[in-house]
Amino acid sequence: MADPIKVYPSRPEKVYFFGTCLIDMFYPDAGMAGIQLLEREGIEVIFPQDQTCCGQPAFTSGYHDEARSVARAQLELFPEDWPIVVPSGSCGGMIRKHYPDLFKDTPDELKAAEVAGRVWELTDFLLNVCHVKLDDLGEPTTVAMHTSCSARREMGVAEVGPALLGQLNNVTLVEQVRAEECCGFGGTFAVRHPEISGAMVEEKVEALVDTGARAFVTTDCGCLMNINGFAEKNRHPIAGKHILSFLWERTNENKGGGL
Amino acid sequence: MSSRETILQRLRNRTGGELVAPVSDFSVLERPNWSTEERIERFERTIESVHGEVHRCTRENWIDRVAEILSARKARNLLISSQHQIGRELRAVAERDDLPNLLIYDEPIDSWQPALFNDVDAGITSTRGGIAETGSLILWPTPDEPRLMSLVPPIHIAVLEASKLYTTLYEAMHAQNWKTGMPTNALLISGPSKTADIEQTLAYGVHGPKELIVLVIE
Amino acid sequence: MSEATQHPHIDVKEFHPRAHEALHNPQIRQNFRKAMDGLMSKRKAAFEGWDLETLRELGANVRLRALANLPDLLEQLEQKLTENGIKVHWALDGDEACRIVRDICVARDAKTVIKGKSMVSEEMELNHFLEREGIEALESDLGEYIVQLANETPSHIIMPAIHKNTGEISELMHEKTGTDLSHDVEYLTAAARQQLREKFMNADVGVSGVNFAVAETGTLCLVENEGNGRMTTTVPRCHIAVTGIEKVVPNLEDVSALLALLTRSATGQHITTYFNMISGPRKADELDGPEEVHLVLVDNGRSSIYQDDELLDTLRCIRCGACMNHCPVYTRVGGHTYGTTYPGPIGKILMPHLIGLDEGRHLPSASSLCGACGEVCPVKIPIPDLLVRLRRESVDGDKLHPAKVRGHGSKRTPLEAAIWKCWSWMHSRPGLYRTGTRLASRFRKLQPGRAGAWTDFRTAPKLAGKTLHEQLRERGK
Repeated sequence: MADPIKVYPSRPEKVYFFGTCLIDMFYPDAGMAGIQLLEREGIEVIFPQDQTCCGQPAFTSGYHDEARSVARAQLELFPEDWPIVVPSGSCGGMIRKHYPDLFKDTPDELKAAEVAGRVWELTDFLLNVCHVKLDDLGEPTTVAMHTSCSARREMGVAEVGPALLGQLNNVTLVEQVRAEECCGFGGTFAVRHPEISGAMVEEKVEALVDTGARAFVTTDCGCLMNINGFAEKNRHPIAGKHILSFLWERTNENKGGGL
Repeated sequence: MSSRETILQRLRNRTGGELVAPVSDFSVLERPNWSTEERIERFERTIESVHGEVHRCTRENWIDRVAEILSARKARNLLISSQHQIGRELRAVAERDDLPNLLIYDEPIDSWQPALFNDVDAGITSTRGGIAETGSLILWPTPDEPRLMSLVPPIHIAVLEASKLYTTLYEAMHAQNWKTGMPTNALLISGPSKTADIEQTLAYGVHGPKELIVLVIE
Repeated sequence: MSEATQHPHIDVKEFHPRAHEALHNPQIRQNFRKAMDGLMSKRKAAFEGWDLETLRELGANVRLRALANLPDLLEQLEQKLTENGIKVHWALDGDEACRIVRDICVARDAKTVIKGKSMVSEEMELNHFLEREGIEALESDLGEYIVQLANETPSHIIMPAIHKNTGEISELMHEKTGTDLSHDVEYLTAAARQQLREKFMNADVGVSGVNFAVAETGTLCLVENEGNGRMTTTVPRCHIAVTGIEKVVPNLEDVSALLALLTRSATGQHITTYFNMISGPRKADELDGPEEVHLVLVDNGRSSIYQDDELLDTLRCIRCGACMNHCPVYTRVGGHTYGTTYPGPIGKILMPHLIGLDEGRHLPSASSLCGACGEVCPVKIPIPDLLVRLRRESVDGDKLHPAKVRGHGSKRTPLEAAIWKCWSWMHSRPGLYRTGTRLASRFRKLQPGRAGAWTDFRTAPKLAGKTLHEQLRERGK
């Protein structure tokens, strides 16, 4: 019953990149940043163009037939045994933790388990597989960090973000109160129970603002959309970005430069 | 079919099939074997942290301690057992000025319940041992030391022999071989009665004793 | 209490209006936030120095071992208890359990019942049943006593009156019992002690719950701090314990593991003041204790949960309440919002079996699936996974694994089903997905500024000018 102990692979030549639908449509810069960080480590990044979504929205809503159809379409995209890196704890958790259950008793059961076993959250992969060393080129700044619940609890990467930020000499990381508490996103929860979700994100934004930081980073675009959306609508003086965007911006010599 | 049979039948014919009972490894509950002194210190620290009081004394001076404790609290009386050595030793010195009235619990409760509830200030009992890790006393009430002695009076004095202080509950229940037969009532007592039901604020003596005083006999 | 209290009918389905009310009640918000913050930090401190993962593993293992042999253990328990002089009764549901308690009372001509804390008796709604039968039932746990004075239900399974602050309790006790208005908790507690001591002396029957029932010795274990549990089970001449059939464990040593987890998880205590082990009524030579002891084993939906390998995990629960203490939803809406006997995460996975998924259809969805509950559960119940399972059952969402829980499918609407079908259709067709997302980004200026409930609290997310797919395709990926 114990959670399996993570066994990191040795640094591969190539990885598959599963971009996630939120990044695809709303935060492609975070995806590009992740790819560039990997490439800088000398890793070739394969992006299967046929990828869509991990299936999580339907899965957590209970529509498992629908989730399975979408998930099945992803299973065939990673034929070689390279690691699959995902710039999201939530989508990574969906594949790594829930695909094996979703495909249980189906012909794809083995395939799903095999794919799940190759999935890594991207920051975890950078730190613990690539052993990345970051050289901070940015101005001194202070940030807070919100680790998504799935990154923290399903992917077990709560320490990774702070460790990466800790490599940046000019970045001071401050911790908000109740850092472990959910921001209230929860996928469809935010629209099924809007008032409760609203109360949760309100307190999360207050906690972040109270740190004194004017910026925060996060591992997941769902949280980002939620926290930023609330802060913006209610004019709170804080804005966040995906941790990958932040890491790339701070360490990239041609800031804002093309590819 | 009776409800009993219905329930058992449903459980026996579960659709999920047969369940396999795993083997349990209790080693996480084991602690290094602390010395008696370590056990006493841990016991003392733990029980004091929950508002209990510990006095270390000897076979010779424990009655002096009882007298001090009770006179400081102006207790009018002390409920004792009729047969246990504690009760017998106290009765032997019943004439001492510094001891309160000694009341003996030797009648069924039904005949004197209001007096017990309203007029008894303190009770003294033996213990079957203690648990250092959690600061607990093991009490097995007997006909001689009935259940309510340790519950109804506002002050409960418990006598614990240091040699019977175990490290953990797991160790104590094995060492004393509890599974071969439990008494009608057995207790772990780890402090005075308390509640935090009003806004998480601790208050003592809500139903049982307001004070638990342990005499550790070394 | 002299006047017969009417149980306020709570419609579980009215979850949203109650949530709305609680969220806009600053007092409720503050009472819960403060209490939950305290409980979380106490729990953390209490497990310091422990190998908590291994201990939780043992807790889960012990409970699983008990459940694996449940029917045999129940029979063994019954046999041992009977040998010890305790009479065992079996009840299929709450009503039958209430009738059993009533019949015991009637046989003894009992008019007053004093109660120790028992969530199963809340499940049975025993107090109101007995009152209708002309038997007074008075709660003696201070929190339960307060809740009963207010004619409410518990808002937390361990701390029933946690939704009230001192001022509110003071006013309530003043109004109902004539105590002085005072914020002195010691005074209020002492007043309740006085009021309840009278009741203990005069009660004909004591009713309590059970935390663990040990099969090998025939022992009923009760965990408490106040001493009201001991009073309830010692002072009246008859003691009736009520418990769920899942509470049995094979051996005494199992209790040492579960107790270590229970009190630390619940209130951050190394142990409670009293751990009360009852193995029989007063013997002929004993001077106190009840002459009669009964145990009522209550099924009430548990044997249905028992049928399914996944749902079975629900029955591992030892009722510590840590899942609610750590739940961000519970912390904000409080226990009464759920409208169920057991609130919070455990309530969301347990209640649908007791009341049906139709009645409780809002319960499984009221979670962000943050996983805090599963992380702290002392017996490792995978609560988030079970929430997803119940969501699936509530919409009949899986043809491969047909739904089993009573009231399944009740949340499925043709519209929502069609939306997910459509979503699935598009996301399983990569070409279509790419075209769709590309078009959306091209026409992002047309994106509406409002997006349903989302934009009540937030700005709408903004579509990027070019999707990641496009950017990478242009780059030759």
